[in-house]
Amino acid sequence: MNSFANRDGAVVVREMIRVIGENRAYLSEIDGAIGDGDHGVNMDKGFSLCLSRVDWETADFTTAMKTLSRILLMEIGGSMGPIYGTFFDQIAKGAKDRERIDGSAFSAMLGSAASEIEKLGGAVRGDKTLLDSLLPAVEAFDASFEETGDFAKALTALQAAAEEGRESTRDMVARVGRASRLGERSRGVLDAGATSCCLLLNSMAESVKELLKEE
Amino acid sequence: MQRFVNDPSMAVEDMLVGFLKSHGDLVEGTENPRVLKSRTAPVKGRVGIVTGGGSGHKPAFIGYLGRNLVDAVAVGEIFSSPTAKAFYDAFAAADGGAGVACLYGNYAGDNMNVKMARELAEEDGIRVMTVVANDDVPSAPKGEEKKRRGVAGEIFMWKAGGAKAALGGSLEEVIAAAQKAVDNTRSVGVGLTPCTIPAVGKPNFAIEPGTMEVGIGHHGEPGIAVTDLTSADEVAKSMVDIVLPDLPFKEGDEVAVLLSGLGATPVMELYILYGRMAALLEEKGLTIHRSYVGNYFTSLEMMGATLTVMKLDDELKELIDFEAESMGLTQFGR
Repeated sequence: MNSFANRDGAVVVREMIRVIGENRAYLSEIDGAIGDGDHGVNMDKGFSLCLSRVDWETADFTTAMKTLSRILLMEIGGSMGPIYGTFFDQIAKGAKDRERIDGSAFSAMLGSAASEIEKLGGAVRGDKTLLDSLLPAVEAFDASFEETGDFAKALTALQAAAEEGRESTRDMVARVGRASRLGERSRGVLDAGATSCCLLLNSMAESVKELLKEE
Repeated sequence: MQRFVNDPSMAVEDMLVGFLKSHGDLVEGTENPRVLKSRTAPVKGRVGIVTGGGSGHKPAFIGYLGRNLVDAVAVGEIFSSPTAKAFYDAFAAADGGAGVACLYGNYAGDNMNVKMARELAEEDGIRVMTVVANDDVPSAPKGEEKKRRGVAGEIFMWKAGGAKAALGGSLEEVIAAAQKAVDNTRSVGVGLTPCTIPAVGKPNFAIEPGTMEVGIGHHGEPGIAVTDLTSADEVAKSMVDIVLPDLPFKEGDEVAVLLSGLGATPVMELYILYGRMAALLEEKGLTIHRSYVGNYFTSLEMMGATLTVMKLDDELKELIDFEAESMGLTQFGR
């Protein structure tokens, strides 16, 4: 199939929760190099709250995404609360009232998520933030989907671009957020936000690919 | 970790319990456990003063809740911005119908959460205007002041804004007074040891014994130079030499001075520093109108100090001298 059913999609959120839990220590360690070392702790706090708040028997893709978004926005704070809260809010909004989610709907969700985050934080590409993973990933998805019309192939392209984008932050100097106070000293390590964003995009892509296979 | 904690991830919650028990005459909780308000707030027809930020800076931020100071505070995790919801609830708790002045420090997370909270509040008809403190000189070069972070100078911003609101100022007037305080305030920090967030369990930066980090931020953001730790007099001079040229402060200026410890430096040593700093300021022809020395804005158990100097005019003098009552700062009118 080239689309997945909204009612089957909560698993996409549950998998992201698992991935963040597994990478809690790793994300904090990366953050510790140029930030204050709490990125994994804060992310896991929000994501694991979501695990207990969603009724996984009945929840669909929209509900699970919306619950995750609300928790991050209302209960987590920091920089990542509003950023990822906005991200998943846009995805939930894009999925609302859709029985099935196809490649064009997915593209629209990612696109509005990326532009809302750009507006909120005022960062641009190259500032060593999660946008350096997110923006290339969104573009790669769109380019591949336009060319092939194949949802799964476009997700594979998204994964490759997200990883490449994450790696690109290693050589960047942070220009926004706490790490920007380090100037040149922020060069040489990955950005924690780009790393978690890449993990999340990868996880979403894998889960959606599984859903596409099943049908 | 030689620390008094229970579950490290509950350190903020546990601290709030004790704070409310201890200062129930000044502050009270709200429906949102991450929002505290002054017992005096809101006052009908008076502009509400709100601030907020990450925890770990006691007495900031909740220690400045009280009469003629801050009306409501959004409380974040240690060194991490409060949620947009907490800022929004703080606006609602402080609003007496004349609008809310949100006076906070320049950090990415706070900027985003305040922005979102402000949009929510405006939908509900609460007018919110903001001032963003950026007093920390070494955090960005001159000409890029907008990028600088806010540190202990935030206290002067709250003092000016709180007094202006108490004097019956409109929201625009309160904002103008707080902005004037920020524009005339400069700070610098020096760190001698790192600090540890309890839930992280280890310091995420190091300061080698025998050295000091000049320009350190109060979350341990790296400074502009790591140098040998010299005598208190020499440290005092290097701090004064960073702060004064930036505004610049000039001969004949009247100033308010605040020297805050970063958490673990003995207050005795703050006075050792202050003695020299005051002499240096006077040598430059500045008149110290008021001074504050103590732990006003800390960074967990970091050793070190922040020097903050504010240039005064008649209005700022009136506002800084205005009486105020809070856990962190209580003074009688002059």
